[in-house]
Amino acid sequence: MTTTEPKYDHLVTKKQVIVTCGTGGVGKTTIAASTAIAAAKAGRRAVVITIDPAKRLADTLGIDQLGNTPTIIEGPWPGTLGAMMLNSKATFDHVVEQHATTQDQLEQILNNRFYINVSSELPGTQDYMATEKLYQLHTCGQWDLVVVDTPPTRDALAFLEAPKVLTRLLNNTIYKMLVSPRPLVLRTVSRAAGLVVRRLSRVVGAEVVDDAIEFFQTFQGMEEGFKQRSAAALTLLTSEDSAFVLVASPRSDTIAEARYFLSRLDEASLTVAGVVVNRVLAALSASAADAADISRHLQDTPLAAAAQALTDHVKAAAGDDNRIEQLMVYAPNATLIKIPLMATDVHDLTKLSHLAELLTSNSPEETTDT
Amino acid sequence: MDPGELFAWSRVLIVAGKGGVGKTATSAALALAAAQTGRIVLLVEVAGRFDATPMFGVDPQAYDPQGYDEQSIYHAPGGGEIRRRSITPDAALTDWLESHGFNRLIRRMAKSGILEIVATATPGIKDLLVLGKIKHLETSGAADVIVVDTPAAGHALHFLKAPLAVRQAVRSGVLRQQATETLEMLGDEQRCQALLVTIAEETPISELIETAFAVEDEVGLALGPVIVNGVLPNIAGLSETKLNGKTTASAALHPQQVNDLSTATKFRQERTILQNQQLNFLAQRLPLPRVYLPALFTSSIGLTELQTLADAFQQSIRQQASQ
Repeated sequence: MTTTEPKYDHLVTKKQVIVTCGTGGVGKTTIAASTAIAAAKAGRRAVVITIDPAKRLADTLGIDQLGNTPTIIEGPWPGTLGAMMLNSKATFDHVVEQHATTQDQLEQILNNRFYINVSSELPGTQDYMATEKLYQLHTCGQWDLVVVDTPPTRDALAFLEAPKVLTRLLNNTIYKMLVSPRPLVLRTVSRAAGLVVRRLSRVVGAEVVDDAIEFFQTFQGMEEGFKQRSAAALTLLTSEDSAFVLVASPRSDTIAEARYFLSRLDEASLTVAGVVVNRVLAALSASAADAADISRHLQDTPLAAAAQALTDHVKAAAGDDNRIEQLMVYAPNATLIKIPLMATDVHDLTKLSHLAELLTSNSPEETTDT
Repeated sequence: MDPGELFAWSRVLIVAGKGGVGKTATSAALALAAAQTGRIVLLVEVAGRFDATPMFGVDPQAYDPQGYDEQSIYHAPGGGEIRRRSITPDAALTDWLESHGFNRLIRRMAKSGILEIVATATPGIKDLLVLGKIKHLETSGAADVIVVDTPAAGHALHFLKAPLAVRQAVRSGVLRQQATETLEMLGDEQRCQALLVTIAEETPISELIETAFAVEDEVGLALGPVIVNGVLPNIAGLSETKLNGKTTASAALHPQQVNDLSTATKFRQERTILQNQQLNFLAQRLPLPRVYLPALFTSSIGLTELQTLADAFQQSIRQQASQ
């Protein structure tokens, strides 16, 4: 019998979508890239979508800002590895293209200033387009696994809620009023709203409001397509084929944020299949008291400096295990992977590949009776 | 420069950096250092969650991280004080609309989603209004020093460029006026400067350098010293230390102890080399004074740790003055 505990191996070989989430500065992008490499090593066709990778990582993966399609990365693996950097604007334009009913409608939307703001500035657009891109890559048939690195955020659900932002805009009463052909002021239902619009014009400028009205009027007829697409992406993300992996570091502040992430995911009935705690200091056998003993013992010897290094190390690592344990209380069914803090930054393919091995070999043994 | 001078020079100190570099702890330590020069400090949290307040010993249950009202959280012996408040983008937008005659309609607007339309129609409006609120606090003399803990980078630049974005989108009206006034504050080094925070690792340092040039060139914001967090103190003799049969034989250690010593030593040596490479790179690429704050080797930060950081900050500023 297989336990409910999914090993990281299992995620990498069986899942079709893996979403890495967590706060910034914990190595989320690196973990996402290594996860895709692990899948390529297992013979799968895996692609990683990164949002804002560090320059050297982007160089290693051969992705530049302009490309919005995966680049194939050659390496010593039987499978295929692809990587891309998300271009939200280009992705959004593509979606509009697909749903536009006429060429006129398409051009009018692409040139509308409100649309330009929506497609590049709307909070959550990046998240929204990441789900769109993942859905595209998932359905195009070229990939067995799509790994998505989410934008750094303090809210785990921003990624899932992003598609709803536009749907909410499209569903609201002001929108319905704006697209009505009748003059605003004559509609009794929306008199207050009309008042708001006129006041807004005075505050933010009439052209801004005009742009918005034009956008919503032009957008008519495309809402259904957008809504269906969002719904399909959400269904995929919440299905058995998808897995969420939380990336954290053992520092108490990131653990607190990670715990908040987990509780938010739990509220949305989403389960986290893996927790990767990155940047963990090597566990030593010495306790703080042992380190103090050794320091005293080595005082005024050539090894006094080593004893100081040991004391600092033990102090810094103290409590890590405890905090990680507390974190796992919030994700009882997830696989825990600890990745040691490397002496150097992980940017080249050899190091990423090594990290991929750590991810998959580090998993606790499955208690199966094969 | 005397640390007091830094705090007297600009009233607003914007602390910015990538996630995970200890920006919040740095903001708190700066606030502490300023309060200990007898000043009234306002610590402004923009992101609205996991802020510095508990570091001052305030029970996390006893305050609202998104609280818009000022709350006193620390009193220094010499009369200085730290107050905290949060200015989230949503709160700033609501506050601003209320003060521009939308008060009765706010709830209806929020419900109907028009706030989202306003925010979408005008890119940068929410961030501008956060900065605008800070400008308002600055001009009204709400505190001697205002320390702003910004959202994580990439984002930080986005945040600081918001007034520019709004000026481009809005050609007239009160909002444009707000953008213009906010830009004036950001561009005046006697009113405002940015302190960029990093750790001595490759990715955060390269991002900091990019941010630094962008902030100066595009926003015209003056840059104060760069703050490097978590700097490993030098251990005399460590770089030459080798653990082998010869050096450990006379020390009468258990094999396990030798193992621990060896792991810790090797790791510290490697990290130190990496750190020094990165610090050199930073020094070459960015002609700004640097403040090094020591690694604390603790995972949680309280008043004791903040004091260590505040002291290191003051000492570092003084040292640079004497150079």
